[in-house]
Amino acid sequence: MNQLLYSKLSSLFKVEPSLATSIGKIQLDKPMMLASGILGISLDVFNRLYRSGAGAVVTKSLSTEPWEGYPNPTIFSVKGGGWINAVGLSNPGATNFAKMIESNQTVPIVVSLVGSIPEDFEFMIKQFENCKVTAYELNLSCPHVAKVGLEVGDDPELVRKIVTTSKNSTDVPIIAKVGLGTTHYLNTVSTAIDSGIDAITAINTVRAMAIDVETQRPILSNKFGGLSGTPIKPIALRCVYEISSKYDIPIIGCGGVSTWEDAVEFFLAGASAIQLGSAIGDNWIDVFGEINNGILEYMKRKNYSSIKDMVGLAKKS
Amino acid sequence: MQRNHNHTTIVTIEKVIDETPTVRTLVFSDDLMSNVLPGQFAMVWIPGINELPMSVMISNEPGKAAFTVRKHGPASTGLFNIKEGQQIGIRGPYGNSFDLKKGKLLLVGGGTGLVPMMRLLSFVKPTDDVTVLIGAKSKDEVFFEDFANSMLEKNPHKVLVSTDDGSYGEKGFVTDLVEKLVNESHYDGVYVCGPEIMMYKTVQSAHSRGMFVQASLERMMKCGVGICGSCCVGEDLVCRDGTVFDGEHLSSNKEFGHFYRNKAGILEKY
Repeated sequence: MNQLLYSKLSSLFKVEPSLATSIGKIQLDKPMMLASGILGISLDVFNRLYRSGAGAVVTKSLSTEPWEGYPNPTIFSVKGGGWINAVGLSNPGATNFAKMIESNQTVPIVVSLVGSIPEDFEFMIKQFENCKVTAYELNLSCPHVAKVGLEVGDDPELVRKIVTTSKNSTDVPIIAKVGLGTTHYLNTVSTAIDSGIDAITAINTVRAMAIDVETQRPILSNKFGGLSGTPIKPIALRCVYEISSKYDIPIIGCGGVSTWEDAVEFFLAGASAIQLGSAIGDNWIDVFGEINNGILEYMKRKNYSSIKDMVGLAKKS
Repeated sequence: MQRNHNHTTIVTIEKVIDETPTVRTLVFSDDLMSNVLPGQFAMVWIPGINELPMSVMISNEPGKAAFTVRKHGPASTGLFNIKEGQQIGIRGPYGNSFDLKKGKLLLVGGGTGLVPMMRLLSFVKPTDDVTVLIGAKSKDEVFFEDFANSMLEKNPHKVLVSTDDGSYGEKGFVTDLVEKLVNESHYDGVYVCGPEIMMYKTVQSAHSRGMFVQASLERMMKCGVGICGSCCVGEDLVCRDGTVFDGEHLSSNKEFGHFYRNKAGILEKY
């Protein structure tokens, strides 16, 4: 069918596209979410992001105790695109953070959690009992902090115990955020699904570094960090496609999305929602509204009424 | 090719000027930084030590820029101890700038908060009537007084100093002087940078009398580009929405003048 026919049909049926999406049991009005680690420590900022078009915000990864993170430099802008960060999971701790978002009734908040043992996650989920939480996202993939994140994600037995314990601690949906570590990420996904996970976020940043040639030193204080932004988009897209081809699990795509075309690619690969972070560094908060508008225009052009009409279409060919 | 302001550029320190026993100005060559607007800042990498947000200082020589630093914590002490010939990394400029009004202007600087005020002075018109207030703890810590006077040679102007211990200029806090001046006459623009309580009081004094006032805020900053979120004040991000905010806007911000966030992001009272 050609474009002219499409547009005639859509005017005939008056298809009004909706940006609403569901990730399993999680319902969102809009598919673009703030990724974890970005702008995530103030409820006022969450409200602002929501007004700007974010369907949900994921908090910074919270730990059982407050963490200061690494000294600066914690971020590096890569020539050719992308960022390498090693902020070091700085966060106010789950207990303090829960108090901060207790009054929230408006913003869909996904609470990201990071820990070393199942009991850490059980304790943290308990702190949010009085908060309106849309979902929890287990950080199994931060590539630059010892004993948590990727080091946990690389241990299938630990993943199994953490997911099982977390699922037993709450009725709120639980998402596992996976990344590229030493264990094949598809094995981590498989273990998480077997343990009852509700959805998968793929992927996290990719372990990387930068060295200054004049001073001949690694730039980041932690030496290693996580690469994000446009350079990792094709990798993240491949992972989403692979997961959706192999497993029947709702997926949130994450990695290098900065335009509506990027977002649509992730839908076509099998993602039901998308997280972004680095694009905010380049295009500031307006990026949510701009991408939403682009997706809507695309849906009108293609005569799709909902996001789910697009999800996984690339696998059909 | 135009430089991407997010990329780190290595510059060599060409001159170190002792301003006070604890304050130094480091001069370097960089066209981009020599042209920044007042209120803008750079992220300054001290190799092997840390990275700090710094207001960019003017230099009288074309193509030169400078940072004025007070030694305080490990990072600022690291920058303070940089010698001529050593290299630092810079990225930026970041942030917005002051909206400079015409007419009768009041500039208030506390400590190294004077830096953006000096930068602002290089943009005033010869017809502007400018009063500069310098706040310091003691006589030893007063700097840029002569510099301010020389910058304002062609203007009707006053440069007034207050010291907490009264060892030089007026005794007391610089905000007492602000209160007195804004009570006595109307200013077309009031500009302030320094410790937050000082800025809060200055904003209150001027805004409550209907004067246009702007403050350049300082917060814990990690990325400088609006990603890490460390520098949020209410729903504002100092690095992207500021550093300069209007008194009108600040008067409705629940955190300004009352709370700051520590390195873990926990709100703490001033």
